[in-house]
Amino acid sequence: MNVVGKARRRVDARAKVTGQTRFADDVVLPRMLYAKLLRSPHPHARLREVDATAASAAPGVVLVLTGADFPVAYGIMPVSQDEYALARDRVRYVGEPVAAVVAASEKEAADALARVRVSYESLATIGSPEEALERAEPRIHDYGEGPNVHRLAHFAFGDVEPALASADRVFEDLFFYEGNTHLPLEQHAAVAALDADGRLTLWSSTQTPHYVHRELARALELPAHRIRVIATPNGGGFGGKSDPFNHEIVVARAALATGRPVKITLTREEVFYAHRGRHPVLMRLRTGVKADGSIVAMDLETLLDGGAYGSYGAASTLYTGQLQTVTYHVPRYRFRGCRTFTNKPPCGPKRGHGTPQPRFAQEVQLDKIAVALGRDPADLRLQQIVPANSLTANWLKVGSIGLAACIERVVEGSTWRARRGRLPEGRGLGLACSSYLCGAGLPIYWNEMPHSGVQLQLDRSGRVTAFCGATEIGQGSDDVLAAIVAEVLGLEASDVRLVTGDTDLTPVDLGSYSSRVTLMMGNAAIQAAERAKALLAAAAARKLGVPVERLGFAERRVFDVEQPATGMSFQEAVVAAEVEHGTLGTTGSYRPPRSAARYRGGGVGPSAAYSYTAAVVEVEVDPGTGWVRVPKVWVAHDIGRVINPVLARGQVEGGVYMGLGETLMEEQAFRRLPPRLSPALVHRTPSILEYKSPTSLEMPEVITYFVEEPDPSGPFGAKEVGQGPLLPIAPAVANAIFDAVGVRVDEVPLAPDRVLRALAEKAKGREPRVGPTAFPDVPWPEALVVPPPWEGGDGKAANEKATSRDVLPTAHSGTAGVKV
Amino acid sequence: MTAGAEARRRGRAGAAGAAAAGGRARIALTVNGERHDLLVAGYKTLLEVLREDLGLTGTKHGCELGECGACAVQADDAPVLSCLLLALECDGARITTVEGLARGPELSALQAAFADKGAAQCGYCTPGILVTAQALLDRNPHPTRQEITEALSGNLCRCTGYLQIFEAVEEAAGTGGARGTSPRRARGGRRPRKGVST
Repeated sequence: MNVVGKARRRVDARAKVTGQTRFADDVVLPRMLYAKLLRSPHPHARLREVDATAASAAPGVVLVLTGADFPVAYGIMPVSQDEYALARDRVRYVGEPVAAVVAASEKEAADALARVRVSYESLATIGSPEEALERAEPRIHDYGEGPNVHRLAHFAFGDVEPALASADRVFEDLFFYEGNTHLPLEQHAAVAALDADGRLTLWSSTQTPHYVHRELARALELPAHRIRVIATPNGGGFGGKSDPFNHEIVVARAALATGRPVKITLTREEVFYAHRGRHPVLMRLRTGVKADGSIVAMDLETLLDGGAYGSYGAASTLYTGQLQTVTYHVPRYRFRGCRTFTNKPPCGPKRGHGTPQPRFAQEVQLDKIAVALGRDPADLRLQQIVPANSLTANWLKVGSIGLAACIERVVEGSTWRARRGRLPEGRGLGLACSSYLCGAGLPIYWNEMPHSGVQLQLDRSGRVTAFCGATEIGQGSDDVLAAIVAEVLGLEASDVRLVTGDTDLTPVDLGSYSSRVTLMMGNAAIQAAERAKALLAAAAARKLGVPVERLGFAERRVFDVEQPATGMSFQEAVVAAEVEHGTLGTTGSYRPPRSAARYRGGGVGPSAAYSYTAAVVEVEVDPGTGWVRVPKVWVAHDIGRVINPVLARGQVEGGVYMGLGETLMEEQAFRRLPPRLSPALVHRTPSILEYKSPTSLEMPEVITYFVEEPDPSGPFGAKEVGQGPLLPIAPAVANAIFDAVGVRVDEVPLAPDRVLRALAEKAKGREPRVGPTAFPDVPWPEALVVPPPWEGGDGKAANEKATSRDVLPTAHSGTAGVKV
Repeated sequence: MTAGAEARRRGRAGAAGAAAAGGRARIALTVNGERHDLLVAGYKTLLEVLREDLGLTGTKHGCELGECGACAVQADDAPVLSCLLLALECDGARITTVEGLARGPELSALQAAFADKGAAQCGYCTPGILVTAQALLDRNPHPTRQEITEALSGNLCRCTGYLQIFEAVEEAAGTGGARGTSPRRARGGRRPRKGVST
């Protein structure tokens, strides 16, 4: 291969280093107006009145919008369309928008916000999942599976209780993983404008232009073909720009109302309220093992703090359980998940979406099992890795799996066997593994169309342009597209022009989420490029008098592979093809294979392929301060095939960095003020100043290994790399802390105060552990019983009539099945 | 970053006074070698004037608090946070933004190294980091890894994990792989703009 696998400057590098990348906030249009949102200072309140009279008369103000202007609810998941662009009768978290002011300047819009008079009737709040389960009132939403319960799930993949009873040892642990946020350096921004034909265009820093397109059409009650959404390159996404947002709908409505372009850029504080970040999750994990540590059954319960709205929560809930089976063989598995509503900004998908929390639980517990059984944690894992090309207990189909090689690389690189357990007090090594999807097997809304489409256009100039709805969020999706087209056609990546993320110009791609782009867009690109290649080859073969099967494409030439001197330039081949076939264009599309999981809820978890990661982390723990320093990380990732080593390494190191941030310091945490002062439930740190994230000074040395175990489902065998490498970091650090000082911190972040408390427990001779001590009673529904493949199942639930449509989380009444 | 305070201390009292009444004031800025005579509102930061009045959108908003470094520019050869400076305070200053780093169509050595080494992922923090790193190289052409790490500790990057950024700076400085204190450290070196490629 000439392009794939070679280290290259990414195709958009020049724009990024010259400052020419045009982010949403850089879009400036003539006659542009500016919008600002008035946000609720109350965590929960009834809106008695929103009076815009004074604000409308303020200097520079052109328009004031309120909830009355947005009668239609929307939301990313068809099952939870519970948001309004501006609150209509109730606010449910501090920071929820209640009015929008549109003015000639941003300052005038901001100044006029103070003149919007809002009368609130404060309501009691729900501050935690425990409160949500205890209290039916106040009720945050009138839908859900309980007064303040959004979702409940209960799956029994085989009967775990007899298996646990037969196990040699059963380990039961409680873990808590605090919420945290994406903190993209770019604050969300959007510009809406009407074109000369009166059609609406929205430029936005979104990871999912297609879903924004759909929800704009819904919320504005416009035909989708009258709307164009352009995803500007995102200044970091990490999942935080995957929902359709209130500010996008507000500026779109404002542009329609004024006929002028309208821009909004969130402040940093507002980005903390937009959130959609990592769910805080409390977990109880019971695992039964044989004497050698082989798992016989696993029983997991998760309790999610969802915040005030649905967002991706129906999927997030299932993701806290579904991927627990794809690393180690789990013969029987029970998973129960519960997502509650609370009066906080909504949680959603952050890098790893729902899986870092249970992965932390599983990998820390495995470490405890290894210690209890006197086994090396690496060996304990190696002995029970899921076989390649097999089905898991919950009917996920694992294809290639390079996990054993990943473990061996980091064990060798870190000299694990010589150093683990033997370092001086205060220093330690920890190991953990993980897996992630290469794209969700199902789209967010049910349909049978392609998940990704690519069009190629070629003309006599030799130009090749690739059109795809995929969205560049910094991860390099544009570069992957160019590289794959170039590889097939024998060009350089920089020869391929790109048009991406524009719903008017590009075929639909579902967006940059679930690590789906390389695999799905890549396969669509290969198909389109192979079709183009066939057109060129047919014409070139005739012209050269060489059989078509003997033609090769490389170095911008089309030539006889047996006599390379016989050939023509790529451009000459395009000319020949244009003469022969007329105007040239091809398409390619991709839809993931049908899942074996045919039970209700089984739509979350299936993927065409799974990536695997193993990490060893070294720590130094200061017993005086509890401060944990990480000097070095070894990480091995089974990527299938590296497309561009420079970018792939960047994704791994970035994932390690982000994992360390949430492991050691990042918290999207809330504070209840004393009731005598205020009923408020407020974000503790809504600024970059106080929300601590790692700087260059905290970044350890990272040794990255790629395991290339090509997966037949991936383009050239490639799997994902954007999310997986974050996952093992938190448990590896926790396990390393145990190796260093002999304490267990079963709670993320592994902040100094917690480490100190655990050390204090140890000093007093008590159990050297800090972590949750109780899991509340959850009204679990009856289990959906799905026999595992080895117990004669067929992928369906034994106690439910499942149809293929039901594999998506089902709808509550009134918002079912939105179809395109 | 102390140069912002320095710029403030130097004081452009006349212009600041004129705008104190809530109006606008005339200032002159030399940006990337071009002089601009501007009439600016008193409340506007240097960042806002660069982006909105001069159309130089390469410099980014990230936090408006001086914490993230996305808005870094050079003022009289020192890195400053343009979100913390009022434009009025900068009257007469020489400003270099990311748009001023390349020489014509040719990337600077630092820009080329960032492109080659994967130092820019989403690219949003990149302008501020480039300007800050260039200021480091201007006063210390052969920094050690530790010096690079410290110089960039005020610039947050959420994508890369910083390591490819460090390597790019080292590549531009010709110190790739250097560790510890560099014996070649020198102050006041000329901007290393040779060896460019595009």
